[in-house]
Amino acid sequence: MSTISRDEVARVAALARIDLRDDEVDRLAGELDVIVDSIARVREVATPDVPATSHPLPLTNVFREDVPQPALPVADVLASAPDAQDGRFAVPQILGEE
Amino acid sequence: MTDLTRLSAARLAETLAAGEASSVEVTRAHLDRIAAVDGDVHAFLHVNEDDALATAADVDARRAAGEELHALAGVPIAVKDVVVTKGMPSTAGSKILEGWIPPYDATLVEKLRAAGLPILGKTNMDEFAMGSSTEHSAYGDTHNPWDLDRIPGGSGGGSAAAVAAFEAPLAIGTDTGGSIRQPGAVTGTVGVKPTYGGVSRYGLIAMASSLDQAGPVTRTVLDSALLHELIGGHDPRDSTSIPEPLPPLVAAARQGALGDLSGLKVGVVTQLQGEGYQPGVLARFHESLELLTKAGAEVVEVSCPSFDYALAAYYLIMPAEASSNLAKFDGMRFGLRVEPTDGPVTAERVMAATRGAGFGDEVKRRVILGTYALSAGYYDAYYGSAQKVRTLIQRDFAAAFAQADVLVSPTAPTTAFKLGEKLDDPLAMYLNDVATIPANLAGVPGISVPNGLAASSEGGADLPTGFQILAPAKADDRLYRVGAALESALESTWGAPLLASAPELG
Repeated sequence: MSTISRDEVARVAALARIDLRDDEVDRLAGELDVIVDSIARVREVATPDVPATSHPLPLTNVFREDVPQPALPVADVLASAPDAQDGRFAVPQILGEE
Repeated sequence: MTDLTRLSAARLAETLAAGEASSVEVTRAHLDRIAAVDGDVHAFLHVNEDDALATAADVDARRAAGEELHALAGVPIAVKDVVVTKGMPSTAGSKILEGWIPPYDATLVEKLRAAGLPILGKTNMDEFAMGSSTEHSAYGDTHNPWDLDRIPGGSGGGSAAAVAAFEAPLAIGTDTGGSIRQPGAVTGTVGVKPTYGGVSRYGLIAMASSLDQAGPVTRTVLDSALLHELIGGHDPRDSTSIPEPLPPLVAAARQGALGDLSGLKVGVVTQLQGEGYQPGVLARFHESLELLTKAGAEVVEVSCPSFDYALAAYYLIMPAEASSNLAKFDGMRFGLRVEPTDGPVTAERVMAATRGAGFGDEVKRRVILGTYALSAGYYDAYYGSAQKVRTLIQRDFAAAFAQADVLVSPTAPTTAFKLGEKLDDPLAMYLNDVATIPANLAGVPGISVPNGLAASSEGGADLPTGFQILAPAKADDRLYRVGAALESALESTWGAPLLASAPELG
């Protein structure tokens, strides 16, 4: 039986960089508890002798010749950006004040 | 004059090639149909009228000049909004991408344009393809053409409804856990999830990269084969794309339509029937099995015990991958940017405010679930265990395909339910995909073929059911052979395609 508390939801939402309202945290705590209880049954059959699979088909690395490929026109890419300046994305302050 | 919107894509292609109609006439007929019925159905988020008509006129001119054209040239198509289209909005059903115009085309869209298919518009979907009813779209519900009070399935409810409502002869869908096949089942249309890697994922707004696959949404099995051959094949821009050529799919559909399945072994999966499946859905399923037997196939029962854990594994793997893929929606490069109402305006706080405002409930639920499953202390128990279940499911498929050429089940456990009915119960919503999810976890191809009507659990008019056929990886041709044989046997029984019995709209 898992118990996902309000605090746990708030902690994970912060990791996921999603601002949640208080009522959303309340609701998600209840919903995620039910969902996690249900999906935790994967542990019943996941015994140590079973290898993990991350992909549906066997794959190997794909390489190409190291030659320049045409890129998208900068103006087209920036046209739908929230903010742009001097041919670049303009973003809010990234580092702290200090 | 023939109503051009009622013809299959294959028939439209013949009509165009014979000069009996122009692509402009065909495209105009579909745009008129959209104008007439889409107010009720709401399959489209964006109608691409001018560009579609320009493409159609160009194809007509090239045909008149004697140019050799692709078989589907001039046949219009609708594209799910999760696929990026240059110069056309691509929101994936999310507020966070409202107004974003992609600067490039997905590979499959490039192929559609190169072949001269007029793109009618972009279809509605659950936000970022997260859902089974299209009710999680940020832009309103799509309504099932069979009963406008019911869901069209999801996440590709818009594509399925557009095709079912004769607004488009062809559409593109994407299938991560059933988002092409389950809408097909509940709208009486055909939907195909190709083998993983069979159709390029370049330009699909990713939900779960190891599961996502684009494919055809149509009214006939042959139409799906024609579209699959057009959009499939290797793409160097998708590192998971299969390098080998596709098997011949159109030929398989034409052969299957002849109705001889002698020598074919059909495996009925024990775990994908019984409890949770509506009685009418099971009745149609068993009737379809009898038709396959009459066509010469041998039906055997196969057991895939780990399928009982597929849904649980899927709801760990998919949210885990989604939480990573959706990290790019940070308010920096495209779409919405929301600044926090108080405190410092830093990139990190802008990202959190943007995602809080731009993501809907189901997206928040899945991203937080995925982040939880991947976080320190839970990774091995949840995500690690789910990956082991994935191995077990692949082993079950391998054993089953040693006993049968194709595996079959009902596509969805129920007929279309009422809008709103399962919106407050995420687990009940997730159960819609119980029969379709195993194929995604193993990468094998699947098709849903409409196989009749059944009474819904609460009465009312009968609603469509779907028959799912699964084949081994890279053997997509088997879907078309068996699917076309079943379709042809069913239509001989009915005397017409299933959609001929759908209510008139408008």
